[in-house]
Amino acid sequence: MAAPAVNGNDKEIKFEKSPSGWSIIFRELMKDKLALFSLILFFAIVIYVFVYSMNIGPDQIDRIDLKNKYSPPNSIHWLGTDYGGRDVFNQLIVGARNSLTIAIAITLITSAIGITLGLIAGYFGGLVDNIIMRIIDFILTLPTLMIIIVFVTLVPKFNVLNFILIMSAFYWVGKARLIRSKTLAERELEYVAASKTLGTPNRKIMLFQVLPNLSSIIIVNMTLNLAGNIGIETGLSYLGFGLPEGTPSLGTLISYSRNPVVMEEKIWVWLPAALLILVMMLCINFVGQALKRAADARQRLG
Amino acid sequence: MLKFIVRRLLIMIPQLLLLSIIIFLLAKAMPGDALTGQMVANPNLDPETMEELREKLGLNDPWHEQYIRWIGNLLQGDFGISYVHNVKISDLLGNRMANTFLLGLLTLIFAYLIAIPLGIIAGRYPDSWMDKLIVGYNFVSYAIPLFVFALLMLFLFGYTLNWFPTGGSVDVQVERGTWDWYLSKLHHLILPSISAALLSTVGTIQYLRSEIIDTKLKDFVKTAKAKGTPERKVYTRHIFRNSLLPVAAFLGYDIVFILGGSIFIEQIFNYPGLGQLFVSSISQRDFSVVNILVMLFGFLSILGTLLSDIILSIVDPRIRID
Repeated sequence: MAAPAVNGNDKEIKFEKSPSGWSIIFRELMKDKLALFSLILFFAIVIYVFVYSMNIGPDQIDRIDLKNKYSPPNSIHWLGTDYGGRDVFNQLIVGARNSLTIAIAITLITSAIGITLGLIAGYFGGLVDNIIMRIIDFILTLPTLMIIIVFVTLVPKFNVLNFILIMSAFYWVGKARLIRSKTLAERELEYVAASKTLGTPNRKIMLFQVLPNLSSIIIVNMTLNLAGNIGIETGLSYLGFGLPEGTPSLGTLISYSRNPVVMEEKIWVWLPAALLILVMMLCINFVGQALKRAADARQRLG
Repeated sequence: MLKFIVRRLLIMIPQLLLLSIIIFLLAKAMPGDALTGQMVANPNLDPETMEELREKLGLNDPWHEQYIRWIGNLLQGDFGISYVHNVKISDLLGNRMANTFLLGLLTLIFAYLIAIPLGIIAGRYPDSWMDKLIVGYNFVSYAIPLFVFALLMLFLFGYTLNWFPTGGSVDVQVERGTWDWYLSKLHHLILPSISAALLSTVGTIQYLRSEIIDTKLKDFVKTAKAKGTPERKVYTRHIFRNSLLPVAAFLGYDIVFILGGSIFIEQIFNYPGLGQLFVSSISQRDFSVVNILVMLFGFLSILGTLLSDIILSIVDPRIRID
């Protein structure tokens, strides 16, 4: 494997007073109107979804009303109803909340594992690095999606927590590899050597000196991962191997389209969910790209 | 060179072994064994005969002995039987393997047909409106999840416009082997493969674009320009030739990506291939088939990565690990 080139992160503006991380990000967002708009739109969606879903009780989603099967959008049911006469809009909001929560949880867990192992492997090198890298190489070659599906069907008493843990067990490897390669480069810099000479314990150097220098890369990576995780979770739910019964996801709503009649004539059931996923993914990615540029001095617009 | 390939092949062996052990242990954790199918077909079988049969088939042996037997059979091409359908797994795989292979091949062809011209245009005229459009497309295709995109494509071109069939791999009424049969097959393949191809171009386009922009600044290009080589020739003879070669190395990774995506694509387009077999087998709890499929996909993924590593080491000797 080729070692990725060290990016220009350590070469940030040296001669003038260097601006703080947040002001760089802020400046970048102000320059990139699309990213700014995406950020605002995404937060608007998130806040709306979380606030609105607090008012939706489980009975409001599950209430079956067979007289109102597949009713098209109207003033009571904003997005119509599904095969059981259940309100699609409520399902959409709760599904979006579940999908977002799970994607955030997976992103946080995989980041914690990936950063820890990546730092350890990159900082210490040698045998530890070798062992961790072999494990990563192995997991990378697995048909991950299939194995996750097998686990999902095998786990007894399958619930949301299990699902998050199963996904996390496989998706930390990419991050660990990224952090490792950056740590490898960082380790060679003078400040680490100086700290070592002063007798600073390794743990402190890793946590308080190397890690802050990697923070911009980590933030960018987490943002893009969040989008990826939403995609994987909704995809698995679409196939029927995602969230357990009774926990709607955006993927669950889309999976109703497997019935050709729904696909063709009852588009209000599945299309809003598909479009919501598209909008959220694009928003997160636009913001992620802006952050990426902010993290790399050579690419900045502002 | 040879040393690198041999080394890389040797690394593959423990990877495959580990994969097979994990899959085998997973299989042991799955409910049902080789006799489940017979039990359903023949509910009057008394427990004693069952026990005898188990003993005979070696289902009571310790797991490592069973594992060695399983892997031995696998190597000889005996995949075992499907617990649910009670037929040989190899019979179940046959046709579907060909279907998935065909779909994958067509996806690869479309992906390269789209990616290479776009990458070249973006690299040759950076910051032009065409480049901005291509970079925009690249960005969107990176952000959209495959299953949502495939679904929207199916809805638009399959259901709304009726340009393409919405499922299957071939029309039933067409006679096998005739010209119409091949045409119908192609007709069924186009929409799924284009949907998958449109989303698998990101890496290639991005790589080609930045590679061409970088190569333009190299000394040999300046020399070529200085001696008066026409602009067109500088590009075709000097720049593209150097930048296109490494793209070949993405082949293996692309295969891995397309294989992973085939689960979604085949499910959405109702295309009878291995991915669809996987989903239906797991829904029917037909775990012997699931095992073989995971093993097969794992093997192909490892092979794909290997292929890319080898091509890359031929194209770019710097990364060889000696």
